Amino acid sequence: MALAKITSITGRGLAVPGNDIDTDRIIPARFLKAITFDGLGEGLFFDARQAVAAAGQVHPLDDARFRGAKILISGANFGCGSSREHAPQAIQKSGFRAVVAESYAEIFFGNSTTIGLACVSSDRADITRLTAAVEANPALDVTVDLVAREIRFGGQTAQLTMRDSARDALVHGRWDPIGELLEGAEAVLATASKLPYLAVPQK
Amino acid sequence: MRTPPRNLFDKVWAAHAVRELASGQTQLLIGTHLIHEVTSPQAFAMLKDLGLKVAMPHRTFATVDHIVPTDRQTEPFSDPLADAMIKALRKNCAEHGITYFDLASGRQGIVHMVGPEQGITQPGTTIACGDSHTSTHGAFGAIALGIGTSQVRDVLATQTMALGRLKVRRINVEGKLGPGVYAKDVILHLIRTLGVNGGTGFAYEYGGAVFDRFSMEERMTVCNMSIEGGARVGYVNPDETTFAYLKGRPYSPTGAAWDEAVTRWRAFASEPDCTYDDVVTIQGADIPPTVTWGINPGQGIAITETIPDPAKTKEVDEKAAIVEALAYMKLTAGAPIKGTKIDVAFLGSCTNARLSDFKEVAKYLKGRRVSPGVKAIAVPGSQIVGKLCAELGIDRVFREAGFDWREAGCSMCLAMNPDKLVGDQLCASSSNRNFKGRQGSPTGRTLLMSPLMVAAAAVAGSVADAREVFGVTQN
Repeated sequence: MALAKITSITGRGLAVPGNDIDTDRIIPARFLKAITFDGLGEGLFFDARQAVAAAGQVHPLDDARFRGAKILISGANFGCGSSREHAPQAIQKSGFRAVVAESYAEIFFGNSTTIGLACVSSDRADITRLTAAVEANPALDVTVDLVAREIRFGGQTAQLTMRDSARDALVHGRWDPIGELLEGAEAVLATASKLPYLAVPQK
Repeated sequence: MRTPPRNLFDKVWAAHAVRELASGQTQLLIGTHLIHEVTSPQAFAMLKDLGLKVAMPHRTFATVDHIVPTDRQTEPFSDPLADAMIKALRKNCAEHGITYFDLASGRQGIVHMVGPEQGITQPGTTIACGDSHTSTHGAFGAIALGIGTSQVRDVLATQTMALGRLKVRRINVEGKLGPGVYAKDVILHLIRTLGVNGGTGFAYEYGGAVFDRFSMEERMTVCNMSIEGGARVGYVNPDETTFAYLKGRPYSPTGAAWDEAVTRWRAFASEPDCTYDDVVTIQGADIPPTVTWGINPGQGIAITETIPDPAKTKEVDEKAAIVEALAYMKLTAGAPIKGTKIDVAFLGSCTNARLSDFKEVAKYLKGRRVSPGVKAIAVPGSQIVGKLCAELGIDRVFREAGFDWREAGCSMCLAMNPDKLVGDQLCASSSNRNFKGRQGSPTGRTLLMSPLMVAAAAVAGSVADAREVFGVTQN
């Protein structure tokens, strides 16, 4: 299984500011009533978008100026709550290829990496700078460079951080671990044989 | 040379580590894989696309919980999407030889109830499930991980997953809890104290005198909500309470194998003088009956406190968080939380829908009435809990008080079934999440609290101090 090497992502940015944005908000539970991930993009931030529209404003995801954005920008502890992979799937299916946030909840981060959605961290001041630049000029190209460990936008740069294991997995095209896990089959059996609770029950 | 004393996490990790992967992560053997209808169908489809089989069907167990209607469990479900999901699960289990606790089994329930009830959840094991509340199983001294669907695929196909090692924070709760203070208050207080992301990168090891005395069900309540504090794993070391709970369960070892298992399990417990990456100690007496007022589980206060005022904090993030939460919750800064009128009372979920939860509430609810205008529902977490409550007459106490007594499922915790809030209804809830829209209405509002506080709110018609409503003087 040859996976794409994800070394850098370039595209428009879109900011959904705030801390502790949970996966229920990213994709409300009613959109999980399905046996495939198809069509999940439509549910992305669905209730938040409705609430903004009801207040007579336009949510960035419904703002034509940000259409086609590839880089989602947010705050701290992004993706907390439910383990639903539907959340990164919905983000990816809406066209995003990377997230820039201050920090991530553990399960969300792992789920994203496994589907090749790059979740990079940057500090608050840089995210504020990036958000301002993107809002001033929605057509601005933003580059998230995993190799150089930096974000470039309109002549500015910001440092990014990412756990080495995830960064290496993306950069070297092994972000989906299934192939490597399957290669370990023999070693798995050796480990399992030492654990009595894994024995096949006698009928 | 003597090996240095180790904690449970290190020992379980060492016993299940298969090898190091190129990424530096560990290929970790998952001894027990629990699956349900929401996060598994796509994983089975991926498996099929890759032409793979389930590696260890005998270590994979399934049940149906999230989408099950609780008024009547009969099929077909009125929701065609829900009906398609249960059918897909049934088909996938049959095709791959996976044990499935179906609606007709008498053993169906929330997946985190079923594992312990069946004795599948055991000390010194690794457990994974496509659900963040898998941390519940840590109550038995297991390393139990919530995972996403691609990882469900990984575990189905290989019985392993890729994972970086976690740090371990020991959390001691010493002394005694006050009257009317429960396991739910302990975890709400811990999350309030350590923060909703305070546990990121950590496994939480809970201990101290309060946990030593806790029943397995109380330990499960705390471990369940570890993830709400950012910790993917929470656990309690196995002890006599653990072994007594497991003895005689359908999947527990018997005869000589039982004695061997107990010896093995005991050896997994953290050793005295082992090291931790961090240690936190809290006095049980300092933990109040706690209720949330905001939109994440860390936004909690004592029932006697007032709702936070953004004007009183200089910290920018905190101020913004309070403003956002109050706007959504339609609550007034500086007002007492006590007396806030409620519309719905929900007693259920994998946090608090076990026999001891209903038993404790029934003790006080007997002879009392739910306030007119409050819709109160009680949803046992499993068919077994429902049956035990019926045998003990507990269901009758709830019904006579005006509660709707339901059948087993996740129900209004996340409202993937027909149990939902309507409009901006305010719900006193024994569940685990108060996120915006969590209980099925995009404007619905949730206050998290202990089961007895839910009952007190139902009776009073407003958020109330259970100690006053029910005259609780001892625990």
